[in-house]
Amino acid sequence: MSVLKVENIKKRYGKTDVLKGISFSIERGDVISIIGSSGSGKTTLLRCINFLETAESGKIYVNDDLIFDAENPCKLTPAQKRMRQLSFGLVFQSFNLFPQYNVLENVTLAQRIMAKSLPDYSLHKKDILADINERAVALISRVGLSDKIVSYPWQLSGGQQQRVAIARALALNPQILCFDEPTSALDPELTGEVLRVIRDLAAENITMIIVTHEMKFAEDVSSRVIFMDEGVIAEEGPPGLVFSNPSTERLRAFLNVFD
Amino acid sequence: MSFISITLSLLSGFCSTVYIFLLTLVMALPLGLIISFGSISGFKPLRWLVRMIVWAIRGTPLMLQLIIVFYAPGLLFGLPMQSRILAVLIAFVINYAAYFSEIYRGGIESVNKGQYEAGQVLGMTKTQVFFKVVLLQIVKRILPAMSNEVITLVKDTSLARVILVPELIHSANVYVSKGLIWPLFYSGVFYLVFCGILTLLFGCAEKKLSYFRI
Ligand SMILES: Nc1ncnc2c1ncn2[C@@H]1O[C@H](COP(=O)(O)OP(=O)(O)OP(=O)(O)O)[C@@H](O)[C@H]1O
Ligand SMILES: [Mg+2]
Repeated sequence: MSVLKVENIKKRYGKTDVLKGISFSIERGDVISIIGSSGSGKTTLLRCINFLETAESGKIYVNDDLIFDAENPCKLTPAQKRMRQLSFGLVFQSFNLFPQYNVLENVTLAQRIMAKSLPDYSLHKKDILADINERAVALISRVGLSDKIVSYPWQLSGGQQQRVAIARALALNPQILCFDEPTSALDPELTGEVLRVIRDLAAENITMIIVTHEMKFAEDVSSRVIFMDEGVIAEEGPPGLVFSNPSTERLRAFLNVFD
Repeated sequence: MSFISITLSLLSGFCSTVYIFLLTLVMALPLGLIISFGSISGFKPLRWLVRMIVWAIRGTPLMLQLIIVFYAPGLLFGLPMQSRILAVLIAFVINYAAYFSEIYRGGIESVNKGQYEAGQVLGMTKTQVFFKVVLLQIVKRILPAMSNEVITLVKDTSLARVILVPELIHSANVYVSKGLIWPLFYSGVFYLVFCGILTLLFGCAEKKLSYFRI
């Protein structure tokens, strides 16, 4: 059973076809890297999967449940929308932490809001919140920021902010965690700490889709690599094959830029 | 006429000034927010209409609006405005709501789109994102402009005199007609102190929100 199956996703902005029919599926524990030149549609694909954009055509299944069908858009209740949304986590290139909340509050905010709709919330409020906090503290230490729990985003380096963003996404237990160039906004000396955290997650069999320009990292960490070119998947396969033995001219040219 | 009796009579005018000020603020602040939602609405006709209205209100003097609100119902529809203070409040609330709406709009549009998206991918609804994430950032952004506008309102209350609503300047002017000029200067002290207190309050609020940066 695939944890995620994407079928024939198409997306256009105005007159430009950005995604021209993307299909792939991933298994639980897979780490997929998506590479490709600027403008090839990587971000757009992640945004469609995370419902930040609505694809014009295509289907998305999570654990074989059809959760999105462009041909048959049905009105979802807020609860259904949230369920659908929470199958995925997304880590942005620009972190997007909430500036008025400290690290712990950033990680727990969504859960605290959600907890309010639990039937026994008013009865067990203390326990529920303590539970949420405890889990968040564990996640924050997992990304190596135990000493920053009460810091505000502006007091953190970019690398630290991105690690908070990762903890924040993990806190909701997504089935699939997506990253859009998680290190592109960082100084080179800070990319290492973020990539290390992602490597650890891969070792713990967290299912991930990572859009990245870090070829070495993609080669090490992923179980499969997808090369996107002008809105289609031009090549995909295990990293060993894709990187050492590219079959398309486009991929060869693309990889040459990085050598 | 002693200093004390003049102070007391100015104080009664000042009460009316504060009354106009507070009521206008309490009503114009939320109304401005509603108008700002209209002016950023995705529904074009609504957006266009709201922006035209805001343009008309900001583009004409408050004094003119005051006169129109007070006299127009009587002259145009034969329904004379019964209460002068009501006319003042209507004109002030509409005028200030228009200004506030533009300040809100600037604040709302200045919030990074990424904040909404981050909220959404964490499973929050639009309303939750607005109130739990975005609102405080907007407040922080618009505080300096709001402070300016609110202090202007304090002094604009003196326009109520145009349709003979007693307020601070009106009280002071009574003495001018009796040949006494200093109560007029004295009334300025009331405004100064009031605006001083407001400046301090806004300073406090800004300081309270200085723990985070946008
Ligand atoms: N909101 C939008 N409106 C119009 N065009 C857009 C929009 N977002 C993206 N595009 C266009 O879609 C194409 C693909 O963009 P996308 O951001 O998905 O590329 P990408 O592969 O992520 O590139 P990069 O490596 O630079 O991040 C580009 O040509 C871009 O100009
Ligand atoms: Mg991109």
